[in-house]
Amino acid sequence: MSAVTVPAVPRLESTGRVTQARVIVSEWTKLHSLRSTRWSLLVAVVLTIGLPAIFAAVTSSHWAHMGPHERADRHPLDIALGGVNLSQLAIGVLGVLVITGEYATGMIRASFTAVPKRLPVLWAKIVVFAVVSFALMLPSVLVSFWASQAILSNIQPLHTSLSAHGVLRSVVGGAVYLMLFGIFCLALGAIVRNTAGGIAAFVALFFVIPPLLNVFPTSWQNAINPWIPNSAFRSIFQLTHSSHSLSPAGGLAVSLGYVAFAVGVAAVLLVRRDT
Amino acid sequence: MVAVIEATGLVKDYGDKRAVDGLTFSVQPGVVTGFLGPNGSGKSTTMRLILGLDAATGGDVTVNGKHYRDHRAPLHEVGALLEARSVHTGRSAYYHLLALAQTHGIGRARVDELIDLVGLHDVARKRAGKFSLGMGQRLGIATALLGDPHTLLLDEPVNGLDPEGIHWIRNLLKALAAEGRAVFVSSHLMSEMAVTADHLIVIGRGKLIADTSVDEFVRLASGAVVRVRSPQATRLRELVLGPNVTVTSDEPTVLEISGTTTEQVGEIAAANGIVLHELMLEQASLEEAFMELTRDDVEFKAEMAA
Repeated sequence: MSAVTVPAVPRLESTGRVTQARVIVSEWTKLHSLRSTRWSLLVAVVLTIGLPAIFAAVTSSHWAHMGPHERADRHPLDIALGGVNLSQLAIGVLGVLVITGEYATGMIRASFTAVPKRLPVLWAKIVVFAVVSFALMLPSVLVSFWASQAILSNIQPLHTSLSAHGVLRSVVGGAVYLMLFGIFCLALGAIVRNTAGGIAAFVALFFVIPPLLNVFPTSWQNAINPWIPNSAFRSIFQLTHSSHSLSPAGGLAVSLGYVAFAVGVAAVLLVRRDT
Repeated sequence: MVAVIEATGLVKDYGDKRAVDGLTFSVQPGVVTGFLGPNGSGKSTTMRLILGLDAATGGDVTVNGKHYRDHRAPLHEVGALLEARSVHTGRSAYYHLLALAQTHGIGRARVDELIDLVGLHDVARKRAGKFSLGMGQRLGIATALLGDPHTLLLDEPVNGLDPEGIHWIRNLLKALAAEGRAVFVSSHLMSEMAVTADHLIVIGRGKLIADTSVDEFVRLASGAVVRVRSPQATRLRELVLGPNVTVTSDEPTVLEISGTTTEQVGEIAAANGIVLHELMLEQASLEEAFMELTRDDVEFKAEMAA
């Protein structure tokens, strides 16, 4: 035999079975052990809180010079939730990366070798992403609300409170919106299996296509607009609802429908496709 | 012995291209089975089919009597090292192993144990994307051993390893087989298989070429050649020639005779009073045998020659 001694491979006393709970623990380890995750989430928190603080400070300092129409246009919740419009980009990118990062690096082969039934991996990614994003975004929108109200304290017309009609629903809705949007993006990522493609897909659906609908006659727009993903998702946290937009509950229901559809397509493809 | 991997008429098409073409073979426990073929012959595809990463177009393959995906603790059944990297470049080796271990409820102690075993202790907390090819292979081996598997499936494990690493892998594979595990290891390098494997499964263009022991493979491929050195070589040549015997000669005093044995040549020489200075059986190397058998199966041969 050779001079090089091989240390015996230590035996494992007992091997457990793969369970959904264990795969969730594994996905939590995967999520927090990547620098890109921590950065995306930090950016989302900073934007959600920071932008409204800036908006509030600017509004506060210019209030004296504003005319009546301009003042009437200002709404405290638009200011408090203004950061959501930008932080959703960070959340969307993270949602896509949670799955496409594995395809890009080949990690998906290791994941599917450990969990060859595959679907537990998708469910676990969704659960972990949902819990983490909501747990961070809910405090962020609440802090954003209180911070912007504190900055606007000298402007009586822009005062509101969480107990005012629809305000708590809007603020919490902001966090729900970000979470559902992120899950939708995760599903898009699982469908296209490519980071650039996944980001392009959600940017097209939520930011590029909606303004294009303006070429249609107004009657068409009023019929279509409420139902497109962008409008339906935003109905969850918008304070005011016109006859041409869905109610908060309606928006939530339609959004959940979109999320369920995207996740369903992702699940079917995940099981069927070669890796 | 009961085979642990059983492939029956396995077929895989990618579009118009048939990557695996009706493979039937089995892998036994307790030995190292070499899976040999030129690059592009379907070895990696076959390994992905065994793990269910790709779905077979036809045929079937089972591990310990079940499809891989139907096992409740898959990492305990098969430990795999795939040729293509299967590690997130942004994650450390430690967290890579931990995340995979956690799917089976395997603890941190086991992860640390394996990191030490493969010699990655000092770099375990560094991002795997910074790893050299050799370190990546060591991480792959640690991943494969995580669940203490009955069967090891290793795709070109010596790729990128330094001589010390290659030596380590060879001994590790033999030790794992000696413990009664099935070790199925692919390579396009004959020389590697000659020193590691007990049994060979040889494929070319997705088809089975040979399923045999290493010794048998060499015999089957080219047959043995008897080498004789004699001052009377010309006369001996005429005497040994027969319907199944061919003789080649590079030097006037040396003959290389195939289709006969050393005994027959020795007896012919003695009966005719021919002086022999040398009489030996030459085994064709595994490399030559392999080239011989797969000659027609190397794809793009013409393009490569051009």
